[in-house]
Amino acid sequence: MKTNTLLIRTPEGIVFALPLAGPVTRFFAWLVDVACLAVLSQLIMSAIRMLGWISEDFVTALGILLFFIAQVGYGIGCEWLWRGQTLGKRLLRLRVMDAQGLQLQFSQVVIRNLLRFVDGLPLAYLVGGVACLVSQRAQRLGDLAANTIVVRHPQARQPDLEQLLAGKFNSLRSHPHLAARLRQRVSPAEAAAALQALVRRDELEPAARVQLFVELAVHFKALVEFPPESVEGIADEQYVRNVVDVLFRPRGSAGNAPAPSRSRRAEPVLTQGKL
Amino acid sequence: MLVKLEADAGLRLDLKQLQRLHYLYERTSADLGKLVTFASEPETRRYLENLVARAYGEIHETREKPHRFAPLDWFFQTFPQTFRQHAGAWWLSVVITMVGVLFGLGAVAFDTEAKGILLPFGHGNMDPAKRVAREEQDGGKHLEGNKAKFSAQLMTHNTKVSVTAMALGMTWGIGTIVLLFYNGIILGGVVVDYVLAGQTKFLLAWLLPHGSIEIPAILIAGQAGLLLGRALIGRGSRQALRARMRSAAPDLVTLIGGVAVMLVWAGFIEAFLSQYHGPQLYAGKIAFGTVEVVLLGVFLARAGKKSSEFRVLSSGSLLRSPTQNSEPRTQNS
Repeated sequence: MKTNTLLIRTPEGIVFALPLAGPVTRFFAWLVDVACLAVLSQLIMSAIRMLGWISEDFVTALGILLFFIAQVGYGIGCEWLWRGQTLGKRLLRLRVMDAQGLQLQFSQVVIRNLLRFVDGLPLAYLVGGVACLVSQRAQRLGDLAANTIVVRHPQARQPDLEQLLAGKFNSLRSHPHLAARLRQRVSPAEAAAALQALVRRDELEPAARVQLFVELAVHFKALVEFPPESVEGIADEQYVRNVVDVLFRPRGSAGNAPAPSRSRRAEPVLTQGKL
Repeated sequence: MLVKLEADAGLRLDLKQLQRLHYLYERTSADLGKLVTFASEPETRRYLENLVARAYGEIHETREKPHRFAPLDWFFQTFPQTFRQHAGAWWLSVVITMVGVLFGLGAVAFDTEAKGILLPFGHGNMDPAKRVAREEQDGGKHLEGNKAKFSAQLMTHNTKVSVTAMALGMTWGIGTIVLLFYNGIILGGVVVDYVLAGQTKFLLAWLLPHGSIEIPAILIAGQAGLLLGRALIGRGSRQALRARMRSAAPDLVTLIGGVAVMLVWAGFIEAFLSQYHGPQLYAGKIAFGTVEVVLLGVFLARAGKKSSEFRVLSSGSLLRSPTQNSEPRTQNS
């Protein structure tokens, strides 16, 4: 069955998905590469013209050889040096990978690029495009021979909690034992829902935003009851923000982490609880 | 670490860095496992998946990495070793070409119209005797001032044909067979045309200097194409398609690389020696071509012999993959 992701199970039992690049994206990357090759050809031509004083025959021969080397070597050189990326692929965030998720070998890079001679037939990569559409893993003939795939390589962004929560005083952290209880009682799904609500809060309609944070705040307040002086005057959205801060950021990492003396005071409480 | 590794293909980590990478990989894998099981936060999951996917290739790759760029070792040892390793495909390539040669011989010898249809590059409408007379008088002057250009054109054209012959192996070898057969027809047609015109000496002096390298090079490209076709078909192999392709790829690159080197030499000889004609040159040119054939035969049959034995031994015993090692254990348990 044709799919747009490749699932790989590691020996550790972890399954991860590689998003496969389709023929259209790859075609645009190829167009960029063609433009790059055209520029490279112009540069070669200019450089060769400067050598014209040596011998007309020699310079023409050099030009023919350099064009050929550039045509064949561009893909091989770029993909080997940049680990599966040409300029076009870099621009469109694509990457050639081994079909089993392993390291790309030099022989694989050479084979997939040499088979462009067949994939490019009869013109504009028609054979390669059809193969890409038909094959399960969106592979052209060169990819099938070299055992490679082309994946989308979106920029991996680390969830930016600092930007979301930094610089705000969190009154819930003044009660470490209650904060610990909150962490214990909130399920990962609830925590994720609260985080997503905060991340996307600006995309919501004002009324819906107020309603959503009211519901979330009521839910979290029902799970753990903090002393009234800690939550007095806090808007529901701020309350949810404080809850997310407690859930996602480890103790001591927040800018308004409790003073050491308070932390020390909190520890005996927990110890007594255990005992 | 991953960014550094991805930026520099030649970067080698020391033991401490490797241990750190492995630790981080295992920890990220564990976190991803937890996250997949207990939570539905898509952004963090994508982020961890991305890290695990990138580190997976670095950690689990067991294939030998290339040590250093050693072109002489590669050409004088690895190339002939690889050629001999797949001698069956080479002989098949020879047989297919010879069938084409016989077809070309027969067609041009017995059908006068076939010559115009089968022979390219103007040979179809050319009288060999007239050409010989013209070129002997000319003495190679027609290429004066164009030899280097002609040589470069021959090198690039023949390399393209060879790469196509290999790449057509992806048509289960059918495209390679057709190309070899067609080359055979042209060769056979030209040969019989000149022999029947009584120009055998000219033919040998013209073709042998460059053909003694160029024709075997095309045959080796055909060998690579047939090898690719065989890997695709997988007859007689218990390996999966991907495993067959994986094991064939390095040999294909070696063969086609060797072919490219041979064609550079052939292109040079064709432009700077083969096109000079004259009765006084024929014996020398034929001798030169014969020496080339003999040397090439010795090179392909003998070069890198000792290393070949070592390589077979080492790949059979020392360089076994973890999968091979783990199979007996699985069966026992």
